[in-house]
Amino acid sequence: MLSSSSLLQFASHNGMPIWVLNTSIALIMSLVVFALCGLGVLILVYMERKVAADMQLRWGPMHVGWHGVLQLIADSVKLLSKEDIFPRNADRWIFRLAPVLVFLPAFIGLMVMPIGPHLVVQDLNVGLLYVLAVPAIGVAGVIMAGFGSYNKYAILGSLRSAAQMVSYEVPRALSILGVVMIAGSAKLTAIVGTQHAWYIFLQPIGFVVFLVSTLAETNRVPFDLPETESELVNGYHTEYSGTRFLFFLFGEYIALIAGSALAVVLFLGGWHGPGPEFLAPVWFLIKMFAIIYLAMWIRWTLPRFRIDQVMDLGWKVLLPLALLNVLITGLIMVL
Amino acid sequence: MSKIEETKVSKANLAELEKELAFDETRESEPTLKTEELVLNFGPQHPSAHGVLRAIFNLDGEVVTKIVPYIGYLHRCFEKIAEKRTYSQFMPFTDRMDYVSSMHNGWAYAMTVEKLADIKVPERAEYLRVIFAEFQRIASHLLFLATTATEAGALSPFFYFFDERERILWLFERLCGARLTYNYVRIGGVSADLPDGWLEDALAFINRLEKTILEYDKLLLGGYIFKKRMKGVAPFSAERALDWGITGPPLRSTGIPYDIRRSDPYSVYPRMDFDVVIKDNGDNYDRVCIRSDEIKQSLKILKQAIEQLPDGPIIADGVAKDIRPPAGEAFAHVESSRGDLGYYIVSDGSIKPYRVKIQGPSFANLQAFPAIAEGAYLGDVVLTLGTLDPVFGEVDR
Repeated sequence: MLSSSSLLQFASHNGMPIWVLNTSIALIMSLVVFALCGLGVLILVYMERKVAADMQLRWGPMHVGWHGVLQLIADSVKLLSKEDIFPRNADRWIFRLAPVLVFLPAFIGLMVMPIGPHLVVQDLNVGLLYVLAVPAIGVAGVIMAGFGSYNKYAILGSLRSAAQMVSYEVPRALSILGVVMIAGSAKLTAIVGTQHAWYIFLQPIGFVVFLVSTLAETNRVPFDLPETESELVNGYHTEYSGTRFLFFLFGEYIALIAGSALAVVLFLGGWHGPGPEFLAPVWFLIKMFAIIYLAMWIRWTLPRFRIDQVMDLGWKVLLPLALLNVLITGLIMVL
Repeated sequence: MSKIEETKVSKANLAELEKELAFDETRESEPTLKTEELVLNFGPQHPSAHGVLRAIFNLDGEVVTKIVPYIGYLHRCFEKIAEKRTYSQFMPFTDRMDYVSSMHNGWAYAMTVEKLADIKVPERAEYLRVIFAEFQRIASHLLFLATTATEAGALSPFFYFFDERERILWLFERLCGARLTYNYVRIGGVSADLPDGWLEDALAFINRLEKTILEYDKLLLGGYIFKKRMKGVAPFSAERALDWGITGPPLRSTGIPYDIRRSDPYSVYPRMDFDVVIKDNGDNYDRVCIRSDEIKQSLKILKQAIEQLPDGPIIADGVAKDIRPPAGEAFAHVESSRGDLGYYIVSDGSIKPYRVKIQGPSFANLQAFPAIAEGAYLGDVVLTLGTLDPVFGEVDR
């Protein structure tokens, strides 16, 4: 997209240096993605509350706007205008930096996600590696939030989170290997391009391992140990309020969006679907929201694991399964 | 002689020496880093402190190595207040002790005073008390299941159980106007007769819950993760339970069929056909399942009680407003939702009781908490506290 020839012509015609053009395009694109993310998070929170209400014999938000559609805007305004409470002994900079570090990596990870055949901000050759590596930085933010808060519950939550995220990173990465082997590329657009039959049918084990470890990565039930209310009050963001808390919320939901989008790209045929090409993003979004709905369904149905069971599941079940999947895929490809 | 002794000694020494030289895992893996146990203050405002329990946890990683509970945050001097009130004036206070199953408290108190003053309760009142008490037991157990599910991380069952509990509260509200602290039992009977159509609605609810409770069993108790979390965690044996004086569902979960309704029958319970549910393992899972099974038994009792309900007065004739029981003492106990709830009253023949001693099951049940929960994971400790089901209004009184 950056090398679009008409834009280049326009730049050279007006005597604009190429780096100004690149930077401004990057800025505009990230603003667009940011706005879309904000919108996505609003939709997701609304959806989560309605799905939860549906499963719990409730109505959910009903009063602000039609069926409560404006409730989230009211909530955001409330959070943004809240007093910024700062624990007395908290580490000033770490405490302040943590929400940003949770939010940013999740957000940047979305930059390589191909929504349609040409709808991608930056189509990296190593897009898959990027998608795995960059959002993983978020765990640093979580640890910083725990340590910076000067709160024992927060520290426990952040340590749990660190153990969990690091453990599940391994089976998650391995579960994707099978897809890369079949597609022969780590470029996300190429993976979708070759996916005429959805990889979920070729890689059922890989898909299950990927889905479970994505749930664990995004701290969703049954792996919501870092923020268990009944044990750790609110986990690593116990001490956060107002805008900073909003950033954690943002980070969490964007991570969910990114995880579901990746599942769609890798296993559910990405933007492929019947109908003309301009429907591609619509198909992508439908599949993505289906995965998100699945995650919410699981969240509002299941209890959570204990920490040792979470570790057991990661290392003793998912990791061997992922390796087995790689082995089977390799054998079939060789034969 | 001395030689033999010497060889013996040397042999013993050798064995000891060998033991010392043997590979000692703990010594080898002595940490070079300085480690320290994390001391965590749990409560009294913690979301799962079940009211106002404060406990100091020593944490070794995720494992709780030591628990020191502190109680008394809800102490309201009820036993002393009782000495300054007339017998009937103390009645509303009893509701405030175990506020989750307040009906049993009022009943136990009324039974004791009736014993003391030798008052005969009319049959219809006894049946109404049984109906009310069994509904109360169901409501209390539903609340227990709801909070346990929430503590285990499943948030939706909370609403299902509360929906059912709400229907019971509607019935209570129609009967006596209150939803939590009923003050329904009077010395010598009950305060109000059934409104029109109440029995039909109650029966409809019983039929509904009989079906839905099976669904909830499948959803919560049958779930893989829930079983994995609860089975085999924090068990205690029947002997230990007896030593601690534990009663109610936690005791029955170890296999001892001790239920006051059967062991020391009162009211019209001897006429009812029901089973005392027991389990074998005494672990968290059994303590949860037994509540669900007791709900089914209570439904059985309710059906019989509603069927047998006779006509007649609801309060004994000639009970004075300010009764003066003859000097003496009386003890009566009922099976509350949490266990053996007893009232011991000493009368000096005046208008006020000389002494009221309340024996709450929550207090006895809570004392098992540090012993059985030490060594468990933090998440399980919270669940263990939940399955013992203490209500702090009753622990502190």
